[in-house]
Amino acid sequence: MSSGVAVDLENITIRFGDFTAVKDANVNINGGDFFSFLGPSGCGKTTILRAVSGFLEPSEGRVLIGGNDMAGIGPNKRPTALIFQNLALFPLMKVWENISFSMEVAGASAAERRKRADELLDMIALGGQGDKLPSELSGGQKQRVAIARALCANPDVLLLDEPLSALDLKLRQHMRTELREIQQRVGITFIYITHDQGEALTMSDNVAVMKAGVIDQIDTGHNIYDDPATPFVASFVGENNVFRGKVKSISGNEAVITTNRSGDLLSRITPAQVGKLAVGDDAMMFIRPEALELAPRDADSKTTISANVINEEFEGNSFSVFLQGDGGKQIKMSVPNLGQDRISVRGENLSLRYDASNAVTMPAGELASE
Amino acid sequence: MSSANLIRVALGAYLLIFFSYLLGPLVVMSLTAFNSSSFPTVSPWACFSFEWFDVLFNDKHIRDGIYYSIVIGIGTVILSVSMGLAASIVLTQVWPKLRSTYYTMIIAPILIPGVVLGISTLVFWDRAGALLGATDGSFLHGLFHNGIFLTILGQSSFIASYAMLVFVARLQRFDTGLTEAALDLGATHTQAFRKILLPFMRPAIASASVLAFLASFENYNTTTFTIIDYKTLTTVLAQKVRLGINPSISSLAFIIIVLTIFAALAFEAANRNKERKLAVQQGKVSANKSGVLPGFMTGNPAAILLVLLAFVVIVLVGTAQKYSPEACKVQVREAKQIEIQQRIKELREARRIKDEARAAEEAEQPAQAPANAPQNSGAFGNVFAPGNLSEEEAPKPDPAPSSGTGAFGNVFDPNNLNSE
Repeated sequence: MSSGVAVDLENITIRFGDFTAVKDANVNINGGDFFSFLGPSGCGKTTILRAVSGFLEPSEGRVLIGGNDMAGIGPNKRPTALIFQNLALFPLMKVWENISFSMEVAGASAAERRKRADELLDMIALGGQGDKLPSELSGGQKQRVAIARALCANPDVLLLDEPLSALDLKLRQHMRTELREIQQRVGITFIYITHDQGEALTMSDNVAVMKAGVIDQIDTGHNIYDDPATPFVASFVGENNVFRGKVKSISGNEAVITTNRSGDLLSRITPAQVGKLAVGDDAMMFIRPEALELAPRDADSKTTISANVINEEFEGNSFSVFLQGDGGKQIKMSVPNLGQDRISVRGENLSLRYDASNAVTMPAGELASE
Repeated sequence: MSSANLIRVALGAYLLIFFSYLLGPLVVMSLTAFNSSSFPTVSPWACFSFEWFDVLFNDKHIRDGIYYSIVIGIGTVILSVSMGLAASIVLTQVWPKLRSTYYTMIIAPILIPGVVLGISTLVFWDRAGALLGATDGSFLHGLFHNGIFLTILGQSSFIASYAMLVFVARLQRFDTGLTEAALDLGATHTQAFRKILLPFMRPAIASASVLAFLASFENYNTTTFTIIDYKTLTTVLAQKVRLGINPSISSLAFIIIVLTIFAALAFEAANRNKERKLAVQQGKVSANKSGVLPGFMTGNPAAILLVLLAFVVIVLVGTAQKYSPEACKVQVREAKQIEIQQRIKELREARRIKDEARAAEEAEQPAQAPANAPQNSGAFGNVFAPGNLSEEEAPKPDPAPSSGTGAFGNVFDPNNLNSE
């Protein structure tokens, strides 16, 4: 979809006094993309969004929308529309007045505005509800009104600031699909802010994972999940088992690390860190719970972990087995429910194996706190 | 009696005392407006009368006072509401570090005595005029020495602070995200203010206006200095009190109380109506709820009382045109006359008995004290004797006291000098 307008952030740094909220961010968002910023709260993702929408000017760097430098252009002059975290629907205006507000301030007649509002109401499946007040709508309906209001301004870029965080789980999942459908229908660039990795992975073409003002990785959701660039990304996105150790040997893009409890383990080096690891370095290896399985007798010891079972939980579609791991952390193994009664008994010593291509190693670093 | 009952009785008694303390003076004041007695009083009750309303409406000073009070009130509302709104918006925008300092400065006029504000307003604008080179007779000089202009400024200087407090309370509940959303959708700052913030502030603007008007209407301390050659209701009333009041002031008070009650009732009724409409709209209540009383009166004895009072007032106003207290007044006058006559008679009788007794005494001891000495003994010589002023001749003291007696032996007798 090349019809949309690209957004480029060039070396953006944003400071509030002594505090640096965003440090040297470089992001190129293709036109028509659904792009997400993913990170824990307070990591600076909303700050980036406000810089794009024009509510604050970056301390350094440039914001380009469709190739045009936005420096000095106020929020009301930018081709962006923002959907606020709390939606910020105007409580004293009727739904249709809310939706057509951008036309009202541009001087359109009431009849024109009503017509456009009704079209948009039909699009969001709220036809005939235009004369209600926002307070009379349900959470999901308000959500859709906020989207319609932003779309009514015909923006080139739609910015969404955690718009689903206030909704309950079912509605959130439903709105995910709906948002993605709307985005594909209108074909404009969406920039989406979330701390929910599920939202980011399901909806986005590309995801930027942020930690404390720094963008750790920008990639497709798939790559971020499979090839995390840093320990933070590996531990923040999805569940992961971490093994700490020292690099014993490297051959090509594979490395063996020596761990305290589980001996030598083989895995591939994550693509972003190939060439940056040397023998003797502190390293971290990550294996997803679903990549572990019970080991056959003759399994290769370099891809086998031996540990005692602490606990087992039945989750419906799978069993979660928790085992004694390195340091304080438990190892979690996820086994699909194929009709077994149980996988293990408490205290039992299990041998687990994994495929070296499903485990990634990278230089040791900070993990996401839980 | 259980302790719960005791508490209930005590609470009832407390409420009774509280409300009679609160409303008692108003009731008494209202009653005096209908007493024909020329001094505001309830007891003794003379005649039920509406004459003081006539007196009130025929009093040019009071009419002028009310007129200027309203003019100044409107001016003050416009000035202080806009200043208060601006000040409260600045308060939300100013740097956090400066905020408390700014707040203190803005709120200070409330703490400054009104007298000081009045004098300083007067002095400041006189100096300002001089500084601007306004000569006597020029427009500017006239403006800066105009009582209405100065009073509006003087009152607004502190009423704006009250208005600001109202606005700040409302603004604290404003989501600044709404303004941002408006800007984001292409509105200019002016449009965002007019279409988002102002509608949100409307209820606060209404209550601040009422507050400002009432504060202006009843203000005396500041007004008395700044009003110069004009007059407001408060200054007129103050003057009247100094010169002696009559119940026309009570009738004014009564009118104000009644207007307040009507306004309160209308406001309450409108409010309930709106709430009901909303409830009906949301389908929570059926539209035609059958009930004898309007919604706002159910379970509200105070409202029922007020409505009854309103009826009484309507009846009063209705009868005012027809009812004439003249007959009663004549009766009262006659009753008074008779009472006075009666009193005089009694006095005469008493004197006669005394005189007789004295005559008998004198007959026994003729060389003794002068006959009428007791009558002259008071320091003021009986000026205050009740009979003195009556049309009827009261018995006069004997004009020819016998000479040569008393402590000073009649040295001061005017006849002494003539005798030479």
